[in-house]
Amino acid sequence: MNKTWNNKAWFLVLPAFIVVAFSAIIPLMTVVNYSVQDTFGNNEFFWAGTEWFKEILDSDRFWSSLGRNLMFSFIILVIEIPLGIFIALNMPRRGIGVPICLVTMAMPLLVPWNVVGTIWQLLCRSDIGLLGYALARIGIQFSYASDPLHAWITVVAMDVWHWTSLVVLLSYAGLVSIPDAYYQAARIDGASRLSVFRYIQLPKMKRVLLIAFLLRFMDSFMIYTEPFVATGGGPGTSTTFLSIDLVKMAIGQFDLGPAAAMSLIYFLIILLLSWIFYTVMTSSDAET
Amino acid sequence: MDFSWMAWTLPTALFFATMIAFLLGMAVWEYVSPGGAPRIGILRFETTRGDRLFLSLLGSAYIHIAWLGFVNLDLWWATALSLIYAYCVFRLV
Amino acid sequence: MATQQSPSPAAATSVAHVKREGPKFSWIVPLVYIVFLMIPIYWLVVISFKSNFEVMNSFSIIPQDPTLRNYKVILTDSSWYLGYVNSITYVLMNMVISLLIALPAAYAFSRYRFVGDKHLFFWLLTNRMAPPAVFALPFFQLYSAFGLIDTHIAVALAHCLFNLPLAIWILEGFMSGIPKEIDETAYIDGYSFPKFFIKIFIPMIASGIGVAAFFCFMFSWVELLIARTLTTTSAKPISAIMTRTVSATGMDWGVLAAAGALTLIPGVLVIWFVRNYIAKGFALGRV
Repeated sequence: MNKTWNNKAWFLVLPAFIVVAFSAIIPLMTVVNYSVQDTFGNNEFFWAGTEWFKEILDSDRFWSSLGRNLMFSFIILVIEIPLGIFIALNMPRRGIGVPICLVTMAMPLLVPWNVVGTIWQLLCRSDIGLLGYALARIGIQFSYASDPLHAWITVVAMDVWHWTSLVVLLSYAGLVSIPDAYYQAARIDGASRLSVFRYIQLPKMKRVLLIAFLLRFMDSFMIYTEPFVATGGGPGTSTTFLSIDLVKMAIGQFDLGPAAAMSLIYFLIILLLSWIFYTVMTSSDAET
Repeated sequence: MDFSWMAWTLPTALFFATMIAFLLGMAVWEYVSPGGAPRIGILRFETTRGDRLFLSLLGSAYIHIAWLGFVNLDLWWATALSLIYAYCVFRLV
Repeated sequence: MATQQSPSPAAATSVAHVKREGPKFSWIVPLVYIVFLMIPIYWLVVISFKSNFEVMNSFSIIPQDPTLRNYKVILTDSSWYLGYVNSITYVLMNMVISLLIALPAAYAFSRYRFVGDKHLFFWLLTNRMAPPAVFALPFFQLYSAFGLIDTHIAVALAHCLFNLPLAIWILEGFMSGIPKEIDETAYIDGYSFPKFFIKIFIPMIASGIGVAAFFCFMFSWVELLIARTLTTTSAKPISAIMTRTVSATGMDWGVLAAAGALTLIPGVLVIWFVRNYIAKGFALGRV
């Protein structure tokens, strides 16, 4: 659409700008201030320079949290994206099945994140959990609290349970926007199911899939509540992702300086990723 | 209202003053010559001067962080490198 | 963008006759997936109907001795049920604030170009992407300085950090789908901007407002970290209260499960009301 230049439009945006700036810019400025100082409480601060940044960048703790977080994002993307597309392809297009599928599949998205953690805790504990108990009966002692591998399986399964529906609903929305005439034409041409997927469905889903991919990546990169409730970041630090580590440092140990420095490094990573997200998305919009 | 908890220091205050000056400068520049001089540079998509400033600042932040983490020389070298980088961004991107 | 191609009338009638047949057993896939989704929820509900003694000492797929005791604990203790009231209060406040502020902003983004518009939009979106943990650090002090700690409005305002950009993004998508000629015609007909906006424009994007409201509800309802940071007692959300069930005698699993099960209800109700719009909102891909 051809938009007209009008700088008075700023007045329409101003309230939104002020409300977001209040909760975004003041805290960010404060974090920058904390990151170069040391404190022992009582609002007394001492200049520390770039000490904290050095400490964070030299610490194994930060790099391993980052590594774990990237690993986690990678695993859930590899599972959720193909699974989501597969389910969306097999969903009914009309009839009573549609609202049933949409409503039940959207349900996990509306569960408070800490309840997601609780639900999986209740499911996986070997003393009271359905899954943990069943596994114990067939001889597998499933313990997410002591075995890092089991903790990872729990956290990944939880995320798949929680968020695959987002990919499903996005892909489904992309699929239903394909006019029936396309399929008809493909049938006349005698196209196989695979080539229908490859040449008709996939291109039409490109945009929503891009968004699903990027959203899942960003959200898994800042995951906090669900693993915090389910595993507490443990056993040891095996499921301590960046946000969990950050909150531990800031609130648990009250190390404001290092926590602030870590926040800023974290924020810079997010800023770069958001910029790539935004650029890729706007340029794909421009193409279509 | 008490804002002592924000723990301002002179260097950080100067840092944010510079940022605000950048933003105001860009707004004035935009007012004088609107449109933002869009062009397609080596990144193969359209950028305006606002995008180039953003890329320069973000890249400079990364250069400084990397310098702190991996190089033991004085931080001013990173600043010098950032300036060269920003110059390249404004010329090429 | 998400504009659907409308087939010509002739094509439409012929399409109506074509029954697309997928593979015969394709319904199994969504069925299996839904079962996978429902098992954990089912188990939560089952535990909520069991006594703690039964939870710990016997194992059964359905409650042997169903009890309402856990729900009674929650619904008779004000420190429990007020948690739900608090959560709903700030979620609704957030929804209203986000929509009221996002509507004019989205209109500006969809209709005009102005100094710094693209960068402003990008900056708003980064706040949707930024981890709350980064901001939560000084949130307590910030809201203390304004005397807002432990009020509903504090949480509502803080949740605007990610909901407002989201609402603007969704609404901008819907507004861009409405031709600009409609605005111009209305102005020629002598409508003032506010009158046009409320009388003509808002009804036209009603479904967009519904979708935006749904997502504002959703993300404010599920968030814990910020809500927990900003509240101490009188505005404490249910999600933070749930951590109380750890007592000296161990976990009170039954009450925990009942509290969790009760948090599902508002979500289910909201989904049911907007079920026809969900797919549309997702089609815009703006979540």
